[in-house]
Amino acid sequence: MTKDLSLNALQANGIRCQESLSMTGKPVLHYFNGRGRMESVRWLLAAAGVEFEEKLFENHEEFEKLIQGGTLMYEQVPMVEIDGMNLVQTRAILRYIAAKYGLYGRSLEEQAWIDMYVEGLRDLSDMIMFFPLSLPEEKEMNLEYILHRATTRFFPAYEKALRDNKQHFLVGNRLSWADVQLLEVILMVEECKAGVLSGFPLLQDFKVRTSQIPTIKRFLQPGSQRKPPLDDESIGTVKDIFKFEQGMFLKNMSTIVAEY
Amino acid sequence: MEAKPKLYYFQGRGRMESIRWLLAAAGVEFEEEFLETREQYEKLLKDGRLLFDQVPLVEIDGMPLTQSRAILSYLAAKYNLYGKDLKERLRIDMYTDGTLDLMIMIAQAAFKPPKEKEESYALIVKRAKTRYFPVFEKILKDHGEDFLVGNRFSWADIQLLEAILMVEELSAPILSDFPLLQAFKARISNIPTIQKFLQPGSQRKPPPDGHYVEVVRNVLKF
Repeated sequence: MTKDLSLNALQANGIRCQESLSMTGKPVLHYFNGRGRMESVRWLLAAAGVEFEEKLFENHEEFEKLIQGGTLMYEQVPMVEIDGMNLVQTRAILRYIAAKYGLYGRSLEEQAWIDMYVEGLRDLSDMIMFFPLSLPEEKEMNLEYILHRATTRFFPAYEKALRDNKQHFLVGNRLSWADVQLLEVILMVEECKAGVLSGFPLLQDFKVRTSQIPTIKRFLQPGSQRKPPLDDESIGTVKDIFKFEQGMFLKNMSTIVAEY
Repeated sequence: MEAKPKLYYFQGRGRMESIRWLLAAAGVEFEEEFLETREQYEKLLKDGRLLFDQVPLVEIDGMPLTQSRAILSYLAAKYNLYGKDLKERLRIDMYTDGTLDLMIMIAQAAFKPPKEKEESYALIVKRAKTRYFPVFEKILKDHGEDFLVGNRFSWADIQLLEAILMVEELSAPILSDFPLLQAFKARISNIPTIQKFLQPGSQRKPPPDGHYVEVVRNVLKF
């Protein structure tokens, strides 16, 4: 007699089955309840029209439990369960998703340009990510630094890229990972200072157009899995979970100031 | 015949060293222009070849490539060192992101004041011993193959060897608990292109010293 091991049969037999979220086939994101490094992954999946689930830990003990579970290769998050694997390292995760869903260009050359553009965007978004960890007396100076970099190093490069490509996209003639992340970061910088795009007409145009793409438009609406910026309470939570100290902004800027 | 790739950077490791390793391991000859003055850097800026005003810059296939990770991915793909499919590429990305994080910590430590530099080195050795090297020892143990991914030489192997040698410069006995990594180190070092790169006179650069730090600070003004 063969055993029917289907979920229905097990449940019918009153056997409690530990249902893993991944049984639904959707990717599962493991992180805390905030943007951090996982936000770019949320954006990319959403833009690709891929539904995903999230397991969000809320304190240090839950994070420790995840580490003890042995699914984090370097004991770090983000971690994404997808296609039977536990992916770590944000870039590796993003590249896999981009390639899988056709958002990584159509040639090696296009891929190289996408990689260059997203590296720049990561540098800028890292600065914004660490900003809440500024020492209070350094907040104003750090904000000025971020805005200066955004408007003199990064935005000009992307404005030029759009101008040179003569398309509605950064690379080639269709939406790529670079476009999704550019919109994400534009909105983040605007949260630091409204009107920061004045002087960049093509970026303004890009922002409006890209926001209208149906999957992205949906992600931008309230109720989506997009996360808000950190408020004071959640900064406290983040510091507790990851054991961060105040003053980490300047400490980490050396990783971002220049490639040297 | 294809023109040789040309590398623009300081005469030291920094963020260009992993690129030198990859090209050398792939048996690709390359040229280098070393940044020694502010004027040289400003000329690169004016010529518009630095996307975000940053080096490394690698001119290859008619493109000015910047951002070391973008450059490394391009080269790995171009020279068939990136696995045979998306899943292998993913594993290579996860492994190289880890070893690159470790090596960047080492590169940055050179720019810190003496006390902080010592603390950084201690942390790096600890991370290598408890976070990174155990992962690779286990990978080799689990599949029993000679290379990290797909039973074939890849970018992941090159970069792991590079990272091992860099950490050994900080702590010679670092591999004492990792027998498979010791065997890996010997095996990969013996690959002819890599053996050549490890010999004196190659384009491999020495660890950063005071002079290197001074040049970088002067050129980039920080």
